[in-house]
Amino acid sequence: MGKVAKKRSLADKVRKTKTSSEIKNNPFEVKINRKKFEVLGRKTKHDVGLPGVSRSKANTKRKETLLKEYKQKNKCSKFIDRRFGEYDTNMAPEDKILQRFAMERQRGHDKKDMFNLNEEEELTHYGQSLAEIEKFNDLANSDDESEEKGLLSAELTASHFGGGGGLLRRKASGDQHEDEGGHRAKSRQELIEELIQKSKQEKRQRQVQREEAQELTEKLDQDWKSIQALMVKKTPRAEQADEPEEKPKLDKYDMMVRELGFEMKAQPSERMKTPEELAREAREKLQTLEADRLRRMMGQEVGDSVQRQSHLSADDLNDGFILDKDDQKTLAYEDGKWNIGEETGEDGDEDAEEGESGEEDESEAEEQDEDGDEEAEEEGEEEGGSSEEEEEDGHSDLDSEQESEDEGRQQQEDEETSAEVEKSLSKEEVKAQQEAAKAELPYTFTAPEKYSDLKDLLYGHTPDNQRLIVARTQKCNHPSLAVGNKLKLQKMFGFLLEYIGELATRSPPELTAINKLIPELYALCQMFPDVACKALQSLLGDAAHGLEEVLEVKGHVAFPALDMLIYLKVTALLFPTSDFRHPATTPALLYISQALTKCPVRSLKDITTGLVLCCLAVEYVSFSKRFLPELINFLAGTLHLAVQDKTSLGYAVVPPFRTSGRNGDLLVLSDAESCKNWSKKELPLSATHHLELQTDLDRDQHRLMCLSTCLDLVKRCCLLYKDLMSFPQIFQPIRTLLSKYLQVQTLPEPLQELHSTILEVISAAPVTNTPLVFEKKKPIPLKLLTPKIVEVLDYGKKRGSTKDEREKERLNHKYKKEFKGALREIRKDSRFLAREKLNEVMNRDSERKRKVKELFGSLATQEGEWKALKRRKNRR
Amino acid sequence: MDCVHCNAGVRDAVLRILESRKHANDVFDILEVLESEKEKDVNTAVSACSKLFCTLLERKDLFIGKLPGEEEAVSGGSGPGEKYSIFMRHRYNSCVEMLLDHLSHEAHSVKESALCCLMKFAAGEGLHPLEDLDWSEHYSFPRELIQTVVDRLLSKTTDNTLVLSRFQEFLEMEDVRFYAMRLESCETECKKYIFNQTFTFSTCDVKVIEKDLKHFTSLQEHKRVFERMWLGFLKYRLPSSMYKKVLVILHDSILPHMSKPTLMIDFLTAAYEVGGAISLLALNGLFVLIHQHNLDYPDFYKKLYNLLEPSIFHVKYKARFFHLANIFLSSSHLPVYLVAAFAKRLARLALTAPPAALLIVLPFIYNLIRRHPSCRVLIHKPKPLEDPYLMDEEDPAQCCALESSLWEVKTLQKHYHPDVAKAAMLINKPLSEQEEDISEVLELTVFELMERDLKQTQTKTIPLEFETASQLLQGGGNVLGQHFCLN
Repeated sequence: MGKVAKKRSLADKVRKTKTSSEIKNNPFEVKINRKKFEVLGRKTKHDVGLPGVSRSKANTKRKETLLKEYKQKNKCSKFIDRRFGEYDTNMAPEDKILQRFAMERQRGHDKKDMFNLNEEEELTHYGQSLAEIEKFNDLANSDDESEEKGLLSAELTASHFGGGGGLLRRKASGDQHEDEGGHRAKSRQELIEELIQKSKQEKRQRQVQREEAQELTEKLDQDWKSIQALMVKKTPRAEQADEPEEKPKLDKYDMMVRELGFEMKAQPSERMKTPEELAREAREKLQTLEADRLRRMMGQEVGDSVQRQSHLSADDLNDGFILDKDDQKTLAYEDGKWNIGEETGEDGDEDAEEGESGEEDESEAEEQDEDGDEEAEEEGEEEGGSSEEEEEDGHSDLDSEQESEDEGRQQQEDEETSAEVEKSLSKEEVKAQQEAAKAELPYTFTAPEKYSDLKDLLYGHTPDNQRLIVARTQKCNHPSLAVGNKLKLQKMFGFLLEYIGELATRSPPELTAINKLIPELYALCQMFPDVACKALQSLLGDAAHGLEEVLEVKGHVAFPALDMLIYLKVTALLFPTSDFRHPATTPALLYISQALTKCPVRSLKDITTGLVLCCLAVEYVSFSKRFLPELINFLAGTLHLAVQDKTSLGYAVVPPFRTSGRNGDLLVLSDAESCKNWSKKELPLSATHHLELQTDLDRDQHRLMCLSTCLDLVKRCCLLYKDLMSFPQIFQPIRTLLSKYLQVQTLPEPLQELHSTILEVISAAPVTNTPLVFEKKKPIPLKLLTPKIVEVLDYGKKRGSTKDEREKERLNHKYKKEFKGALREIRKDSRFLAREKLNEVMNRDSERKRKVKELFGSLATQEGEWKALKRRKNRR
Repeated sequence: MDCVHCNAGVRDAVLRILESRKHANDVFDILEVLESEKEKDVNTAVSACSKLFCTLLERKDLFIGKLPGEEEAVSGGSGPGEKYSIFMRHRYNSCVEMLLDHLSHEAHSVKESALCCLMKFAAGEGLHPLEDLDWSEHYSFPRELIQTVVDRLLSKTTDNTLVLSRFQEFLEMEDVRFYAMRLESCETECKKYIFNQTFTFSTCDVKVIEKDLKHFTSLQEHKRVFERMWLGFLKYRLPSSMYKKVLVILHDSILPHMSKPTLMIDFLTAAYEVGGAISLLALNGLFVLIHQHNLDYPDFYKKLYNLLEPSIFHVKYKARFFHLANIFLSSSHLPVYLVAAFAKRLARLALTAPPAALLIVLPFIYNLIRRHPSCRVLIHKPKPLEDPYLMDEEDPAQCCALESSLWEVKTLQKHYHPDVAKAAMLINKPLSEQEEDISEVLELTVFELMERDLKQTQTKTIPLEFETASQLLQGGGNVLGQHFCLN
C-alpha cells in the first residue's frame, strides 16, 4: 500500500510538472472513448478522456475539502468568515461588494468627520479617479462613443490582452496566459496598429457624416418654417371659400339623378315557358310523385315528402297553402263588375318579396290614404286581389298616376278574365245560372263557426251555388289574410264532412250536391292534411266502435249506411290508398273488411250495399294489388246466393254467408224469362239507401244487375291477384261454383261472356309454384383484427408515446445516472478517507517503531557500555 | 190521496193487531188490500204482511203442529189463546197463498216484493218451525214453502227471468240452494232448463262457502246433489243455444263441483261429434278430462284436425279454440306429419281469414314450426313443385302436408293490412328461436287493430293524394263509377 501511494504521489508529481499539452500528447495518458456511430458535424466532448489528470484533480479537490473537514472533525474552534454576506448564496457578488463598500463608508462616517467637506474623498468612475481622467483631456464625449464603446473595447481588450480571435475564447483562463499573449503581441504589432488606425479613421468619417446631416436638417427646418407660415394662413381661407359654393349645387335635380343611380334596375323576369317545357315539368313532377307513392307502398320510410313546396318564401305561413290550380280564382268585384283576377300563389310570393325589399312603410301608408279616398267600402275584398297593386313601388310622385293607370288596366283585365271564366264554364245554362247567381249570391262570406251556420249558409241553394259559396268562403278566409282564418277553415273542413254525411242520409240522398263539394273538400284537405286526417279518423273510429259494440251485443250488424260509404269513398279520394300504412286509409280499408265479414246479407238492398263496399275495396287495392280475403269471400258468397241447387256443395262458404237457410236464394231468378230483355245499366247509389222493387220483373232485373256487377268484380279481382302465389287456391271455391253449380245457360249473354273469361283467367294460372326458400343471407365475414400501427421514428430507444411519459422517462434516466454518480462519489470519498486514516495509522506505527527502536538502541548501547565496563573490570 | 190514506191505514192496522188481540179482525183489511188492483197498494200490503207475520212467528203466536179446520177450532173447546193462534195461522196460510199468486203478477215490483216476503217467511219458519218436531236439535227447513215458490217461479206461461235473477240472490244461501237442487232432481223437463239457466251461475262460489257448510250438510252430499241435478238436466235434448251456454261454463263452473267428473265423458264426446261451434266448445271440457282425469280419447287429433274449417276464424270462440289448440299442439312428442298437416291446413284457411284472426294464425304456425324443427321444410324447400296438399283429405297422415310448402304465407305478404304483411314477412328469413306469445293477440278485436292506426301520433306529414279529385265517383280505376251512378 505504501508503495502504491508513493507511486501515485510520484505520478502526481510528474503530472504537475508537465504541461497539459505534454500530457495530451502522451499516448499513455490518453484514453480514447470508442464511438458506435460516426455522426457528421457532431462535436463530441468526451471522445478523449484523461484518466490520470482527472484522478489527480479529484484527489486534490478531496484533499482541499474532505480532508480538511476530516481534520477539523471533533474540533471545537473554527474559523468563521464574518464578512458581510459571505455565506449568502442568494446575493449576487456585485451586490455583496456594493454593500460591503457602503458599510465600510458608513463606518468611516463618524462624528469627527461630520464637518469634513469632502476633501479627502476621491470621486471615481469605473474605479478610476476622475481627477486622473480629467488630466488626459480626451474629447471623445459625443453620444456615439457610448454605443461604440462596448464593441470597441471588447475588440480592443481582446487584441490588447492577447492573440486575436483565438484568445477571445480563452479570456477566462486568466493571468497565467498573459505572458504567452505577450509573446505573440510582438509578432502582430503591426496588425494591431493597423486596427487602431482603421478605427480612428472610421470615427472621423462618421463625424463628418453627422455634421453634414446636421447641416442639412437645419437647412430643412429653416425652409419648413418659412413655408409653414404660408400654409397656416392659407388653408382656412380655402375652406371658407369652397363651402358656400358647393351647397347650392345640391338641388333636386342632383338628388334625383343620384337616386336614379341607386334605384333598382328592372330585373329580367323569368322567361315564359314553352308548352313542351311545361309538359315536361308536369311529367317530371308526376314521376317524382309516383315514385314517392311507390316507395310508400312498399312500406319504406320516406325521407321528406316531395309534395312539399321546394321553395319557401319569407311570407309563407307554412300552412301548406299552395295555389297552383287553375280553378282557384280570386273573387271580388269592383265598381259593380266581376273581378276575377287569376292569381297564382307564386305571384303572391313574388309580390311579397318585392314589397319587402322596397320601402314598405312609406308606400303602404300612402297607399292606404289612396284607398281610403277611393274605395273605402271595398277594402276588405280588395285586399286579397290587389296586393300586387299595394306594394308595387313607393314613389310619391308617380304613385297616383300609376295607380290610376293600373286601375284602368285592371278593369280591362277584369272584364277580360270574367269573360274567360264565363267561357270556361261555357255551357249556356251555366252562364244563365251565373247571371242569376250574380244577382243573388254575395261575394264574401264569414266562415261558419258552428255546423248549423254552414247549414244555414248552404240551405236552399243549388249544388253549383253551394260549391261557389264554399269556394268563396274559403277564398275570403284564406289563412294569409288574417290570423284566425286558419282555424276557421280547419273547422270548416269538419263541418263540410258532416254536411256531406247529412246530405247522404237525406231521402232521397243529394248525391249531386256532394259531388259538387268534392273539389272544395280536396282543396281544403290539401291545405290542412293533418286536420283532414284527424276528422276522417274520428269518423272512421266512431263508426268502427259502433260496429264493434253492436257486434258484441247481437253478434251481427246491419250494413253501413250510405253516408259511411260516401265517407269511405271520400277517404280514398283525399288520401293515397296504396300506402303500406296510412293513418286514414288503412283504418278505412279495415272498416270495409269488417263490414264485409260481419254484416249478414238479408235483402237485395244489403247485396247492393255489399257490392258498393266491394267496389270500394277493389278501388282501394287496385293500385297496390294487395290481397283482401274478405273481398273474395264476399263475392263468392254473393255468387252462392245465385246458385239454385244448394245441396251437396263442393266448396265452403265463409261467414257471413251460410250454405243454406233464410235469404239463401236472394239472387236466384224467379222467372227465367226476365233475363231476355235485360240490359246492363248503372245502379244508382241510392239503392243502398232505399230500394223499392214492386214486381218480380223489377226484382229479377235488379238481381241480374247485381250478378253482373259481382261477376265483373270477380274478373277484376282475378286480374289483380293473378300474380299471387296461391292464386288457384284462393279462387278455387269461385271456380267450382262457377263451373259446376251456377247455371250459366239461363243468364243473359254479357254475363255468360264474363263467366267464361273468369274461368279462363283462373285456369290460366301456373300450376307449379316457385320454391319457398329463405332469403340468402350475406355470409358473416371473419373477424379481421386490423394491426395497430404505432409510429416508430427512432429505433432502439424506448419511448413513451405522450410528452408527459417521455418527460418522466427522461427524468428517471437522469435520476438513475445521478444516483449512480453520487454513489460512486461517496465510495470514492470513503475510500479516500480510509486511505487517509490508514496513512495516519501507518505513520503513527512507524513513529512508534522508530521510537521503540531508538529506545532499544539506547538501551543496547547502555547494556553494551555496562558490559564493556564489566569486562574491563574483569580484565583487571 | 187514497194511496196515502191506504198506506197509513194498513200500517196502523198492523200496529193495532200487534198491540192487542182485540183487533185481530183487522187482518182481513190488510188481506183485502193485498188483493187490490193497484200496484202500490199491493206493495204496501205485502210489506205490512211480512212485518206482521214475521213478528207473530217470532212471538210464536201462530199455531204449531197439525192445523185443525177453522170452524172446528171456533166451535171446539179450546182456550182463547189457542183459538187466536189457530185463527192467525189460517190467515197466514191464506196470505202465503195470495203471495204465491202474486208471483205471477204482471208488475215486476209486486213479484219481487212477494218473493222477498215469502223468503222472509221461509227464514222465519226455519228459525221457529211451525211443525211439531221431536228432534229439536236438528235443523228444520220449510221444504214445502220453498218447493211451492220454486214451482211458481218456473211456470211455463210467464216470463220470470227478472224474478229468477232475484231468486238467485237467495240461492247464495247454501241451505236454500241445497234444497232447491234436491227438489229439482224430480222436476219436469221444460222447467229444468229455465231453472238451470239461472242456477248455473249461482253455483260458481261453492268453494268459497265450503267452510261454512260444515254445520249444515257435508260437501260431498252437496256435490252429489249438484251432480245428480246436472246429469238429470243434460239427459234432455237441449236447444243449440242452451247447449252452447252449458258448454261454455262446463269446464270452470260445473266440472270442478262434481263428485265424479268422468260421468260427463259421454256428454262431452257426443258434443265433440256434433261438429262446428259446439265441437269447439266441447274441447274445453274434454281438455279438463284428458288433463286431470286421465281420459284417453282415440283419434283426438284427427278430429281436431277436422275441426279446422273456414268458419273457425269467424266464430265468437276463436280465442278459446286457439288457446286450447296451442296447448294440445305444444307437445314435442307429436309426429311431424301431424304438425305439418295442422300448419298447412291453418295456412290454407288463412286465405279466407280476417286480419285479426291472421294475427293469431301466423304466429301460431310459426310456433308449430319452431317446436318441431323438422317442419322447417314447410318454409324452406328449394325445389319447385305443384302443391301436393289435399285439402279434402280427412286423415292428417294422408294429406301430404309435409311434401308441400306454405305458399299461402307467402301470399299473405301481399295482405292489405300492414301488420299482417309484416308478420308474413317473417318466413323470408329463418325463424328466431324464441316462441311468440300468442295469448296477447288472442283477444284482439278489429277495432283495437284499427286504433293502432288511429291513435298513432304522427309527427311526419301525412301523405296526400296527388290526383286532384273533382268528382265523387272518380279515381281508383273507376270501379265504382262503372257500376253505380249518382242518381
